[in-house]
Amino acid sequence: MSEKRPVKIQVRGLSKVFGSQPMKALELRNQGLKRPEILEKTGQTLGLSNLDFDVYEGELLVIMGLSGSGKSTLIRCLNRLIDTTEGEIIIDDENIPTLSTKELLECRRRHFSMVFQNFALFPHRTVQQNAEYGLEIRGIDKAERTETARNSLKQVGLDGWEDAMPSQLSGGMQQRVGLARALANDSSVLLMDEAFSALDPLIRKDMQQELLELQHRMKKTTVFITHDLDEALNIGDRIILLKDGEIVQIGTPEEILTAPADEYVERFIEGVDMSRILTARHAMRPVRATAREDDGPRTALRKMSENGLDSIYVTSRDRKLVGLIDAETAERAVKEGQQTIDSLIIQNFRSVAPDEPMHNLFAMFSDKSFPIAVIDDERRLLGVVVKGAVLAELAEAGDN
Amino acid sequence: MAIEIPRIELGDWIESGLNYLTSNYSGVTRGISAVTQTGINGLNDLLMWLPEWGLMGLIALLCWRMSGLRLGIGAVLGLALIWNLDLWDPMIESLTLVVIATLVAVVIAIPVGIAAALSERLYRVIMPVLDFMQTMPAFVYLIPAIPFFGIGSVSAIFATVIFSMPPAIRFTTLGIRQVPKDLIEAADAFGSTTSQKLFKVQLPLSLPTVMAGINQTIMLALSMVVIAAMIGADGLGNEVWRAIQRLRPGDGFEAGIAVVILAMLLDRLTQSFRKTRKS
Repeated sequence: MSEKRPVKIQVRGLSKVFGSQPMKALELRNQGLKRPEILEKTGQTLGLSNLDFDVYEGELLVIMGLSGSGKSTLIRCLNRLIDTTEGEIIIDDENIPTLSTKELLECRRRHFSMVFQNFALFPHRTVQQNAEYGLEIRGIDKAERTETARNSLKQVGLDGWEDAMPSQLSGGMQQRVGLARALANDSSVLLMDEAFSALDPLIRKDMQQELLELQHRMKKTTVFITHDLDEALNIGDRIILLKDGEIVQIGTPEEILTAPADEYVERFIEGVDMSRILTARHAMRPVRATAREDDGPRTALRKMSENGLDSIYVTSRDRKLVGLIDAETAERAVKEGQQTIDSLIIQNFRSVAPDEPMHNLFAMFSDKSFPIAVIDDERRLLGVVVKGAVLAELAEAGDN
Repeated sequence: MAIEIPRIELGDWIESGLNYLTSNYSGVTRGISAVTQTGINGLNDLLMWLPEWGLMGLIALLCWRMSGLRLGIGAVLGLALIWNLDLWDPMIESLTLVVIATLVAVVIAIPVGIAAALSERLYRVIMPVLDFMQTMPAFVYLIPAIPFFGIGSVSAIFATVIFSMPPAIRFTTLGIRQVPKDLIEAADAFGSTTSQKLFKVQLPLSLPTVMAGINQTIMLALSMVVIAAMIGADGLGNEVWRAIQRLRPGDGFEAGIAVVILAMLLDRLTQSFRKTRKS
């Protein structure tokens, strides 16, 4: 959190009141009253209250909360589908709440594209025409928009479906069209409003995975709304937890799981917090390759590159864990012409027993990003645990 | 002791209002009258110029293409019966009146319907006016039509337009308001202007409903065109009217059956248009 990252959207003091006398409600809010009391006293609903956060360039920010937490309001305030009551939303030096109608249109076209919970595809347009919509209203010529839309359909795996009508597609495919429509626009921010909530669980998992891959490839700044903590943990770079229109916690998935800000978050993650029941065994994966202590650095390096590893565990002849060597060190040794690796082996990795409770694993990831070694009583290497696997396992367990 | 409450002279007020309009805007009404009469004559002449079997063939072909063979055969049989009963010319006259009245009604109704859908305030003004237009007994419109446009077909069209327009307005408004909110949101989110939203999303999606409204308008227009024989409109209504005056139920039913045939053809044809657009 301390590292400085380029900020794409800056939200400062954002509030939204639903009702005819918003100022009265804000006044009471400033006196320290909460949403239910304000509703009782003034009949105004405090949708969002004084939110401050940044959306970093290229990150996938998840905003999560239960229904009524204000998450849908928040995402609609970002592109001003809902007018804000007070506060600033700054994107590239433009303050969205104060834009004129014309500037707002321009800003939406340039900066925002949106994916909706119920897909919101235009039923009278083909898949291709749906994907073209954003380009069409910007007046981009036919040839170019056909090409661009075709490409984005291909990216979501829908080539060959251009001429189908949305009603002919399954839910998952419809949402791919929704995603393609958003991607074709090449806006700088992607807003996803409960985009996968209407899909059934299996397809949902697939879509999450695909979104992660897309996001990894395109580095598109994404704000993703969900009510589902598993989903948030699975895809979010950072998560903002919203309750009654206020931010309860901002943090990475690990931070939310390991250091819940208050009782509310704790209760929230209780359902998911199988980490006290699950153990390292559940999350561990088979070791793809190990180096032998009598291998040379060249061999170790080759084993790493063949298996796409940044580091490799070193075992003795009887498969007992000796230590770990990372690619950088091995490479240096090769250059320097060293023949053995035993002097290069390091010990600053973590090793655990297979019955180590999973919640203890989170803290171990914070210092160094080597996979955790899972060993038995005789120090034989059973498997490794990588960071992503822990979260994925938890998310899955939360589903059942 | 009874309190004397003076009678409200509502009728007098309306009459003086209408008189004012007739005496001060006679130029306008006469202009409208001339233009409309030209339109009526032109369309009438065109349809009459075609030989009976030619027009029959054309209509049957249209029915066949738009709906299917059944309607095509139905059209041939029905029109042949009308021809056989010597009601061809009155049928053409009625058809002309219906077509022109519907055109005028739709041209006015669709923009008004769109406006009422987009503006809540206008909606609240227009809806009671529509209720008024629809529930007022149809005959009443015939009375002011005469001082405005004189006896004859133009007055018939005037009364018919007023009587048949409400469903087209209502259905247009309804159609646009029925467009799902999330589609409107999607259109907005991508930065559509109001007119882009209207022409690319709202209107195409409301088309089936609008067509249902136009269908209703045509049906109402036909019924009014028949009634308008009372103020001298030509057509099948005139035949019915004459049968009433001479107390000849046979003639009356013949003309009545011709009206029914015309109504069914128009109804099925416009409904099939709606269905083709939908699929």
